[in-house]
Amino acid sequence: MPGGYAGKWLEVDLSKDKIEEVTYSDKILEQYFGGRGLAAKIAWDKVGDKWSEMDPLAPESPLMVYTGPMTAIYPGTRICVSGKSPVSMGTVGSTAATELANEMKSAGYDGVTFMGKADKPVYLLITDNSAELVDASHLWGLDGEKTLIKLNKEVTDELTKRKPNVGLWKDPGMIYIGPAGENLIRNAAVLAKICHAAGYGGYGSLMGSKNLKAVVAKGRGTLPVVDAPEATILLWKKTHEHLMARSAMRRQGTGYAGYAVGADTSSEPIRNWQEEWHDEKSFGGPMFETRFWVKKKWADFNCTTNCMKVSCIKTGPWKGDITDMPDYELQAYCGTNFGIFDPEANIHLSALADQLGHSGINGPNTAGFAVELHQRGILSDEDFGFKPKWGDVETFDKILRMMAYREGIGDVLAEGTYKAAFLIAKMKGKKPEELLKYAVHVKGIEVGAHGTRSDADYTHDISYAASVQGGDHTSVASDGYNDMSGAVFTDSAVFCNFTYYGVPQSLVFDFAKAITGFPMTLHGWRSVTGPRIVTLQKALLMMGGPGLKWEPIKDDDNPPRFYEPLPSGPYKGKTTDKAVVDQKLQAYFDTLGWDNRGIPTKETLKKLDLAFLEKSMAKLR
Amino acid sequence: MVKPIWISRDYDACSGCRRCELACSIHHEGWMWPEASRVRVFMPFPGLEVPHLCSQCQDYPCIESCKFDALSIDPDTDAVIVDREACTSCGLCITACPGTVPTLHPGDNKANICDLCGGEPKCVEVCVEAGYNALTIVHEEPNIHRKLYSRNPVDTARDLAVKMFGEKGLEVIE
Ligand code: SF4
Repeated sequence: MPGGYAGKWLEVDLSKDKIEEVTYSDKILEQYFGGRGLAAKIAWDKVGDKWSEMDPLAPESPLMVYTGPMTAIYPGTRICVSGKSPVSMGTVGSTAATELANEMKSAGYDGVTFMGKADKPVYLLITDNSAELVDASHLWGLDGEKTLIKLNKEVTDELTKRKPNVGLWKDPGMIYIGPAGENLIRNAAVLAKICHAAGYGGYGSLMGSKNLKAVVAKGRGTLPVVDAPEATILLWKKTHEHLMARSAMRRQGTGYAGYAVGADTSSEPIRNWQEEWHDEKSFGGPMFETRFWVKKKWADFNCTTNCMKVSCIKTGPWKGDITDMPDYELQAYCGTNFGIFDPEANIHLSALADQLGHSGINGPNTAGFAVELHQRGILSDEDFGFKPKWGDVETFDKILRMMAYREGIGDVLAEGTYKAAFLIAKMKGKKPEELLKYAVHVKGIEVGAHGTRSDADYTHDISYAASVQGGDHTSVASDGYNDMSGAVFTDSAVFCNFTYYGVPQSLVFDFAKAITGFPMTLHGWRSVTGPRIVTLQKALLMMGGPGLKWEPIKDDDNPPRFYEPLPSGPYKGKTTDKAVVDQKLQAYFDTLGWDNRGIPTKETLKKLDLAFLEKSMAKLR
Repeated sequence: MVKPIWISRDYDACSGCRRCELACSIHHEGWMWPEASRVRVFMPFPGLEVPHLCSQCQDYPCIESCKFDALSIDPDTDAVIVDREACTSCGLCITACPGTVPTLHPGDNKANICDLCGGEPKCVEVCVEAGYNALTIVHEEPNIHRKLYSRNPVDTARDLAVKMFGEKGLEVIE
């Protein structure tokens, strides 16, 4: 086994209550690495040519919870959740920061593939070289916070009972779903640590469809043995030196961006992206920090970026709400995009989204979409059961709950922005296009809180349009091969983007080589491994699912709103240039060896050792 | 160097980075092994991170409890030293410790207790280097307060919870 891998993966058949250990060849591991890459490959192996007919929420749909070879050893522990996405029909390497990842490794496992559906709610408990399914009926229906509190207690008690004499048992690591996942809210998140989430992809609903409430691990073993331990320890120290030098990130996290991305780069969603500029000083970083941050340097296992800050409301009606800063994405999506510029209300709605089990980007995007439909006269007061208003906390508090429990209009919104547009169009006797112009998604994935119109942020023309993960702001497409060594790499090696950016890439690839022993280079990853993973993801995405096939070129585009001129601010009048998008899209396809409709060519599939996709791609060409 | 030293702990300042666990295990085991670390960071609820390590009680109840003379005091640092040959893995020291600090090592199953790295604790080095200062070194004579730090980390977290979250803090640990 190459270094960095524990060497075994679990395969859990929830229908049959059966757990097996499996392993993968060195070749597969070198080709797909772990996390996002390996999950796409194993998903294909499980489903194959039937991909386009398989409902992602059907029992035969696999769910992956994988680490990568660098997880926990390279700074910034994370777990990758993947499978066929209920929103995009492709795969997303959706990652969350949680000690589950290092605990799983210490227990002797690199990941878990779930198949089937349990006949009653369960959670998987992983311990040293062992795993079991445990009844979770008593946890079903609980919000995120209560789930975590109960699981912490019951698992620690159980482990203590089993082995009482080794000293105190430390809390386990875990991921779990809230009511939104249980009730199959299509874009629901998989959550961890009350406010961390694998949000993109809708894997909360995939977990819910399997009656799987949580995955919990506690291991007492070492982190996996690596190829070159001395070099690894040296590189570990060096990497931390780079991270510790990032003073602004360490002080502020992304919690100062809720003001800056609006006021400065003019790319923050406001009222469902009707604007992207604001200068609301009430929403400044210090206003969050001074009043609400109760812990200013909060990190996950093996991290010194500590971009997280714990927020808590201590007075008033929302007393006891706890979340992180909120981070920028939730400052935007549970704040400005609702027309809300009050830190306290923003913390409340972020905490609410987390505890309900929404993805704090995606669920709130749908809520904002719904309120714009009301503004446009498409949805009525009666549809909501009240009069929804921008900037009104009650409005969004109610909608988020209605979605999570599928009440009233919430039942339709629970299908995510894209599908909801079709359902509401049908309800109202309108053409889908009349609603889709307000739907800010790409490939069914609601777009992260970084617009393209001002062109002053890191997201540009084809960032989302060309991405195999659609609206996912953590993994955007860019010109040339650059993005291949970005999130495609970190999500497969499985560690945090924020322990990556700011560290010289050559150092990171030396680190990867020292851990695995693979002859890894930045060039190799950019020109072969990255393109292999992205090409596989592209193929799966374009194969689609029942009732949902993306149309080449037409759907490789930005949401219509991103072509409207910005109505306000220093970039007023500016918009995304469609001609540039078209031209760069072709260049991107070219670079990756896809044809002019973005379908991987036969030669490319052969070159990347993806010939198994040829039959399915021939049909699409 | 002025002796003895003591590792002072400031729970509020702990980020939860667990680099102390990594540095300790790299030093003692040659590799990253959080559960073999002589300092372990408990997190009974996110945000409540409690580094748990020997507090060198003045009366050393662990040493008193050992029937096999496996524990002794390092004359230079006052740290508890484990004689791994003599240790029978009976676990009496764990029970005797008011904070249940020692563990049985996940590898050799022997008592595992902080030895202050002979006077230059690696956990403190990484914690201070990162600017957290949750663990720092003080040069002080032994005193009666030390033993009060030897406490179940979940109980410590319960107190921290109230300080950090107010009334809500009463509900976050079952
Ligand atoms: S190194 Fe310091 S801040 Fe990090 S977990 Fe240990 S005690 Fe806490």
